[in-house]
Amino acid sequence: MRTLILKSLFARPVTVPAPDPATAALEEVGRALEARVRRVYGRSLAIREVDAGSCNGCELEIHALNNAVYDCERFGLRFVASPRHADVLMVTGPVTRNMRVALERTYAATPDPKWVVAVGDCGAGCGVFEGSYAVVGAVDKVIPVDLTIRGCPPRPIDLLQGLVALIDQAAKARPGAETIRAR
Amino acid sequence: MRQDRVSALLADVPAGPLRPWPRHEVDAAVFATIAEALGAGERELLALWGEPGRVHMAIRMVGEMPCVISTAVVDGRFPSVGRWHPPAIRPERAIRDLFGYEPEGAPDIRPWLDHGAWDRSAPLGAAGPAVRRDPADYEMLPVIGEALHQIPVGPVHAGIIEPGHFRFTANGETVVRLEERLGYVHKGIDALTTDVPIARAAERVARLSGDSTVAASFAFARAVEAALGITAPPRAAAIRGVMAELERLANHFGDVGAICNDAAFAIVLAHCGIFRERILALSAAVFGHRLMMDTIVPGGVAANITAEAARMIVATLDALLPAFDEIVRLYEDTPSIQDRTCGTGHLAADLAVRFAAGGPVGRASARDFDARRDLAYPPYEGRAFDVPVFTAGDVDARIRVRIGEIAASATLIRALLGTMPEGPILAPVPEAVAPCEGIAVTEAFRGDLLVWVRLAAGGRVARCHVRDASWFQWPLLEAAIEGNIVADFPLCNKSFNCSYSGHDL
Repeated sequence: MRTLILKSLFARPVTVPAPDPATAALEEVGRALEARVRRVYGRSLAIREVDAGSCNGCELEIHALNNAVYDCERFGLRFVASPRHADVLMVTGPVTRNMRVALERTYAATPDPKWVVAVGDCGAGCGVFEGSYAVVGAVDKVIPVDLTIRGCPPRPIDLLQGLVALIDQAAKARPGAETIRAR
Repeated sequence: MRQDRVSALLADVPAGPLRPWPRHEVDAAVFATIAEALGAGERELLALWGEPGRVHMAIRMVGEMPCVISTAVVDGRFPSVGRWHPPAIRPERAIRDLFGYEPEGAPDIRPWLDHGAWDRSAPLGAAGPAVRRDPADYEMLPVIGEALHQIPVGPVHAGIIEPGHFRFTANGETVVRLEERLGYVHKGIDALTTDVPIARAAERVARLSGDSTVAASFAFARAVEAALGITAPPRAAAIRGVMAELERLANHFGDVGAICNDAAFAIVLAHCGIFRERILALSAAVFGHRLMMDTIVPGGVAANITAEAARMIVATLDALLPAFDEIVRLYEDTPSIQDRTCGTGHLAADLAVRFAAGGPVGRASARDFDARRDLAYPPYEGRAFDVPVFTAGDVDARIRVRIGEIAASATLIRALLGTMPEGPILAPVPEAVAPCEGIAVTEAFRGDLLVWVRLAAGGRVARCHVRDASWFQWPLLEAAIEGNIVADFPLCNKSFNCSYSGHDL
């Protein structure tokens, strides 16, 4: 343990981007996001992830946002354990008929103001599961969606970029900071 | 001889059109006798699934080629296998929900995948009008006792994980019963792979469970190839092997980190998260997709490994493996984490055998089975590699199996790259001239994954069924948690890491 901690003290942080276009984009996206979150919302964004029928590919990449490489918390993005603590629901799909009620209840349990981000090709459309008796379809067939982030699954960098777009959209939609959405 | 009653029963039954395993059509009486033999431990059950008018089960005797036993559904009924062999109970409940066929004598006929929310009943069978029910209307098993209380959890959980419902009954802190209710992410994969072009079915099978996409595509491709009587070129087989082992590495790194994190030993997660990320970035650089989705296709692979890419893979392994060794030493030298993992979530060896539990779950409880070795397929045929097996059956053993497999996978990747044959990476896939069937098993990171496929004449998939390892691991989690404290459930659950989507179909 001691050697490991000592080594960590002197090692360069893995989060610092190497001169690689992808990681450079990550840093850029992240900084932009931080500034906007603070201006619009005045604090960090609490995100609740809801799997409403996904194959778990999207969950793997959303998970990756929390690792030391993407480290989304440094931008004020935090995943929370309950919808009651959340500003944003990140929903992956396709919404199955068996998850519909659970998703509706999760949405109802999230306090206003709230945003919904539909993640992945299945959450945004219905993906490869189109036409099944067992799926309702895209997330917006069940709850109002503010933003979609496509990809199968979207890469962590796409997810960060998507969250920037969300803040942009929210900033345009309302002048004051009191109500985030008039719906 | 009693041990051979299954062979004796099948000796006179001609083998059907399945490749490469034999498939025997038997009547209900023989089917029931074989079910009884399963219950007596004479064979293991690999899969149980339905199609219109028929029910199939794949069975295996240790050391022999498996076979499939099929029986016609008469008057909407077939003999229950679960009556004799508990691992068949959930697959049977799924058949009942999807096709409307009654397993005669079944000990449990509560709906499993059908939560009363579909627009039709028996969607793959008679497809009648649906009986809508409140999704919460489900009869949990009774629990009787004065000091007991229940804790319902899910379907929406606290972490970034898939949905499912867990009902804990606890006596103080101690779990006396866990009952799972799954099926929330049922997407109708069997229906979506019915009468569709092969490429469409491949896409859907690849999204059965995102974490096992390579293993599922691998099994699907091999099943289609078996049905058509073709084989992928040797170079394609080697590339498939590299992809499958990279997938195993990524998932095992993630699991080792996540299990330790569930005991609040976050430093392991921090490091393993980086290792996992490095593998995904490598996969994206080499194959163009972080999870390598849709890269294995019937006939071969859709992406080659250049000499430059091979060097990149080796360089990544050279960097990661010594760093991982250091984390393993940290795990081994820290009594506080060992205190949480050792002896926790014990799964008895006889249960692992009875449920034919694959992957780290089985191998941590002494079940020495690995599809890569025991149902060998290219590129693993004729290759020697370590299959770590432990007997302790606890969370620690399941971590140690993964640690051992990480080293073994890295060695395999190096060997595969070192002996990579030249040549094409894709064989032409002919259209089937007549209906034909194929079956294949691959070793996914969480265990053996089986795909059965029937092709129609003309290049379409008529029917397909995928059985993820989770089907036979989920019920064992209920057994492993018994007698543990509620707070150790995340630890136990993560050490199993069953797939919800892979199970729910």
